[in-house]
Amino acid sequence: MSEKTVAELENLILEIEHQIEDLQSAPTNGRLDKSTEIQHLKERRDSLQMKLCSKLTPYDIVKIARHPLRPLSADYVNMMLTDFIELHGDKRFGDDKAMICGLGRIGKERVLFIGQQKGKSTKERIACNFGMPNPEGYRKALQKMKLAEKFHLPIVTLIDTPGANPDIGAEERGQAQAIAENIYEMCRLKTPIINIVIGEGGSGGALGIGIGDKFAILEYAYYSVISPEGCAAILWKNAENAPISAKSLKLTAKDLLNFGVVDEIISEPLGAAHKNPKTMADILKAQISKYLAEFKNISIDDLLANRYARYRKIGKYLET
Amino acid sequence: MVFFRKKRNMPDGLWVRCDGCSSMLFKKTVEDGMFVCPECNYHFRIFSRDRVKILVDENSFEEMWPNMVPCDPLNFKDRVTYPERVTEEQQKSGLKEAVIVGKAKINGSEVMIGITDPSFIMGSMGSVVGEKIARVTEKAMELRLPLILVSGSGGGARMQEGVFSLMQMAKTSAAIARFQGAGGLYISILTDPSLGGVMASFASLADITIAEPKALIGFAGPRVIQETIRRALPKGFQTAEFLLEHGFVDMIVNRQDMKKELSRLIAYLQ
Ligand SMILES: [Zn+2]
Repeated sequence: MSEKTVAELENLILEIEHQIEDLQSAPTNGRLDKSTEIQHLKERRDSLQMKLCSKLTPYDIVKIARHPLRPLSADYVNMMLTDFIELHGDKRFGDDKAMICGLGRIGKERVLFIGQQKGKSTKERIACNFGMPNPEGYRKALQKMKLAEKFHLPIVTLIDTPGANPDIGAEERGQAQAIAENIYEMCRLKTPIINIVIGEGGSGGALGIGIGDKFAILEYAYYSVISPEGCAAILWKNAENAPISAKSLKLTAKDLLNFGVVDEIISEPLGAAHKNPKTMADILKAQISKYLAEFKNISIDDLLANRYARYRKIGKYLET
Repeated sequence: MVFFRKKRNMPDGLWVRCDGCSSMLFKKTVEDGMFVCPECNYHFRIFSRDRVKILVDENSFEEMWPNMVPCDPLNFKDRVTYPERVTEEQQKSGLKEAVIVGKAKINGSEVMIGITDPSFIMGSMGSVVGEKIARVTEKAMELRLPLILVSGSGGGARMQEGVFSLMQMAKTSAAIARFQGAGGLYISILTDPSLGGVMASFASLADITIAEPKALIGFAGPRVIQETIRRALPKGFQTAEFLLEHGFVDMIVNRQDMKKELSRLIAYLQ
């Protein structure tokens, strides 16, 4: 038997899923117990799914992180938070829809939520600028984070951006300055911060809401200093070499855990988050609740000292 | 990581053509004038060693941690391996890495200083640059001295070091935040080019931000922006003058006046 490619496996899985749907909607007739057949198909689907996951290349993972059906920050707000109060605007220039901010509860715990938002429909995606925040997005996040600090709320940030917006307006309004200030302020913000990469962790644009005390990444998310396409365009002189650069950049969750950059990988449901968003949200919620509980036993001074040490020690060099 | 038009430092030979006005200039004249075109005030890109000569008192610079070199945590290879590239760049630039740091005096007053050099892998920030910037910042805090960081980085991040490079933005910013929290004075000098991760971290976090005339400064590189928006960029976009107009630098200072202006600022603020 020849080994199937990822694309072939994906097609096969889709085919089986259609068969399952057809069977489920078909009228029951006496000939066979259709539930047995469905069960059989589901088992076959799951085993193919597992096989597929074991074959994924880093660039396949990048594509999963960008999958159009993958749950986004707004989905997690709906599935994970209760009593959500959205807070708009940076009180300086505008309201960046690529950055969702608000107060909410995770279980019983009150948090300030910040999530980068890409949008699902074309209209939404344009309004969110495909998840590429402008300076006002970073300033909006910072403004709300200061609110959280003042009222002693922990902060949860969900990272999902291809990068900060690279355009004329963003430069005019100080994109570099805005990101730098967020990093700087988050280093010394006197409240616990949890950062989780849920999809794309695109460089400085991700780091602009990515400083904190706990850093986790979903199993099929990625985090990178540059997009694989951008890296390929510069170093391989052709963006089509992205699968090679994705491998070279060591940007998967496993790589980041090996490097000690993230604390934990958060498992996704079989076949990745988009196959079962509800389960994904439950897993994520449990993880955040666990972190929130851990914060209860630590003083703010220790928290800030540990936060400094976390970033201070990252780096690999030789000294003779 | 961003693209930028590759400009040369001063080439060999007796004569040099100005990138600003295309005049042919006698090289000795340019060097004696701190590598500034006497015709049009174009500021040539200069090596960090030359920067030291024109910015601090003669023989006052004591370099610290000079023996730090990059390693290859990703096992990175594009057309060449990362270690090969590093060796190549070291030979070409005569530098071990893209930053030199140390202690110096400016008109008699002690400062800690760091200078990134675009002639080594575009002045991009890998682990060595991040670590040395963090150390010089911590040293400034310990000795209660002003900190001066001169940025010249067209690359921002060092792609070949992947996420380690990205995290240097966090490391340097954390160190600057501590230093400033303790009351330290930090002056950032932006030279051509200052882009990407360097600009989105320590270079943008100073008490006083100074730019050299016409320096290219921004977050995204001009080519990336152009490819995104698919039209020509406005004249003067992302220059020092553009940043001054939009409120992101305190002042533009000619290279010949830089030392004097630093002295005046330190006299007020230290
Ligand atoms: Zn000239």
